[in-house]
Amino acid sequence: MLSRESSATLISAVTAFIYKEARLQDEHAYEAWEALWTDDGVYWVPANGDDIDPEKEMSIIYDNRSRISLRIKQLLTGKRHTQTPQSRLRRLVSNIELLDQQPGGDISVASNSMVFESSLRDDTVWAARNEYRLRYVDGELKMAYKKVILVNNEKALFTLSFLI
Amino acid sequence: MNVVPHASQWGELIRSDRVHGSLYSDPAIFEAELQNIWYRTWVYVGHESEVPNANDYVVKSIGPQSVIMTRDEQGKVNLLLNRCSHRGNQVCSYDKGNARSFTCPFHSWTFANDGRLVGYAFPDGYEGQDKSKLALGRVTRVQSYRGFVFGSFAAEGPTLEEHLGGAAETIDRLVRFSPEGEVEVTAGFLKHRVKANWKFILENECDGYHPAFVHSSIFGVADSAIGKLYGGASTAVTRDYGNGHTEIDLRPEFRKRDAPMSWFGTTEERLPDYTARMKAAHGDQKAREIMIDGAPHVMIFPNLFIAEIQMFVIQPLAVDDSVQHVTALQFKGAPDMNRRLRQQTMGSVGPAGLLLADDSEMYERCHRGVLARNPEWIFLGRGEKRERQDEFGFKVGHVTDEIPSRGIWRHYRSLMEAV
Repeated sequence: MLSRESSATLISAVTAFIYKEARLQDEHAYEAWEALWTDDGVYWVPANGDDIDPEKEMSIIYDNRSRISLRIKQLLTGKRHTQTPQSRLRRLVSNIELLDQQPGGDISVASNSMVFESSLRDDTVWAARNEYRLRYVDGELKMAYKKVILVNNEKALFTLSFLI
Repeated sequence: MNVVPHASQWGELIRSDRVHGSLYSDPAIFEAELQNIWYRTWVYVGHESEVPNANDYVVKSIGPQSVIMTRDEQGKVNLLLNRCSHRGNQVCSYDKGNARSFTCPFHSWTFANDGRLVGYAFPDGYEGQDKSKLALGRVTRVQSYRGFVFGSFAAEGPTLEEHLGGAAETIDRLVRFSPEGEVEVTAGFLKHRVKANWKFILENECDGYHPAFVHSSIFGVADSAIGKLYGGASTAVTRDYGNGHTEIDLRPEFRKRDAPMSWFGTTEERLPDYTARMKAAHGDQKAREIMIDGAPHVMIFPNLFIAEIQMFVIQPLAVDDSVQHVTALQFKGAPDMNRRLRQQTMGSVGPAGLLLADDSEMYERCHRGVLARNPEWIFLGRGEKRERQDEFGFKVGHVTDEIPSRGIWRHYRSLMEAV
């Protein structure tokens, strides 16, 4: 367990990181967002429940680090039609909680988010539980793992082509 | 329009090289399609491997109708309608499970998983009632082809094999990719909703004209060889099997490459276990041919799209609301292959797919586009002057030609005209 002071310092650093990530996503700052990842990053958006086995069942997104990079490269072409024009986005993030912190290990943290998307189709509201594993690399916080559990991931979903 | 055309009038909306935009946008026509297509012809519902054990069930659909596919205690596959025979309440509220019976939560009527009514609460109020008259509704005819289960609400009509016709051979070609000759549907479905008419999806599945443009963003950054298959110099063909079934046959291109598993962007060396099993199952020469040719790209009318490595099931909910259910195909006895099939499928399809999110964007823009009053028609004449027949008598053309759309609409018209 961390002392009260170090815990307060950590949550403040983690919160700042999560807010920054949210802003980079909302503003389609693709390269800056990609730079938040560690080299072994995993970006996972499960379908049909919270705890499916992504090695056996279909997920909406289950990207290893190279596929995260491919996803970003595609967006950067400017010819990813579903994001041309880009969705207008703003998201609220709350309920940030440190879940498990072993000294020297990854920082487990979770948040809730609600995203308002305005696209050519319509306005769409997305809601999710986000689970992260963050890590200090050369003094900076990075994402090693982000799991986005959409509240309605068991239902038929409209296209989700912005960074969730 | 909002008035359903008489049988004699469909020809005014559907011509050999063009169709009227209202066919995609008119709610009255959508209702007529439900009656004449979805609730009459053979529609793909599910796969036997989704209910492997006695009493397994999975909830599927035919158009907007909820259909429970069960395997009863005798091992038979049933397609039951999710509607209590008492007051209409849905008897099943879970996507899948294992149950001998379904009990309606409203008044506790209980149905066996073959649809029979086996009991109701306080039975003294139903003295003399014949329970056999109060079974769950069911899809009238149920038939399987190599594990793919189809249903038809029409008591009479073509058999499933007659309906599949020449396209049955594409399913034969598909199952050969399993060393045990069986496809399995076990990876769960992504459900991708689009605000667009279902026929934009149907027609796009074998449209070889769009990939070079809609998918240029991913072909460019993924260093993909797929783009060339759909280029002007490609020797691949589009094919019309009749009965609305259409194909993009990429085998001519893959045979030129002459490299096993090139169709899947890999090599035999990277899949040693799979390659060994395929050779053991088919013999060296035949296995090599299969693995050069690649899996089929075929749209079985009206709703089953086999796209080489994955399958889509198209579900219309309303004139402007459709769902694409999609999963990775899994080949029995091919674990190393199956893992790659899942990984590739997850990257490509579904709401965040690097390919399908762009296709779906086109469906929605097309749907909004056809609401404009002019020029009224959708033009489908590409390659009409260079259609030819293959050795089996099926119409074929260049991979970018609109033979598939024309074939779909010819069959559509015949269904809508038959009252």
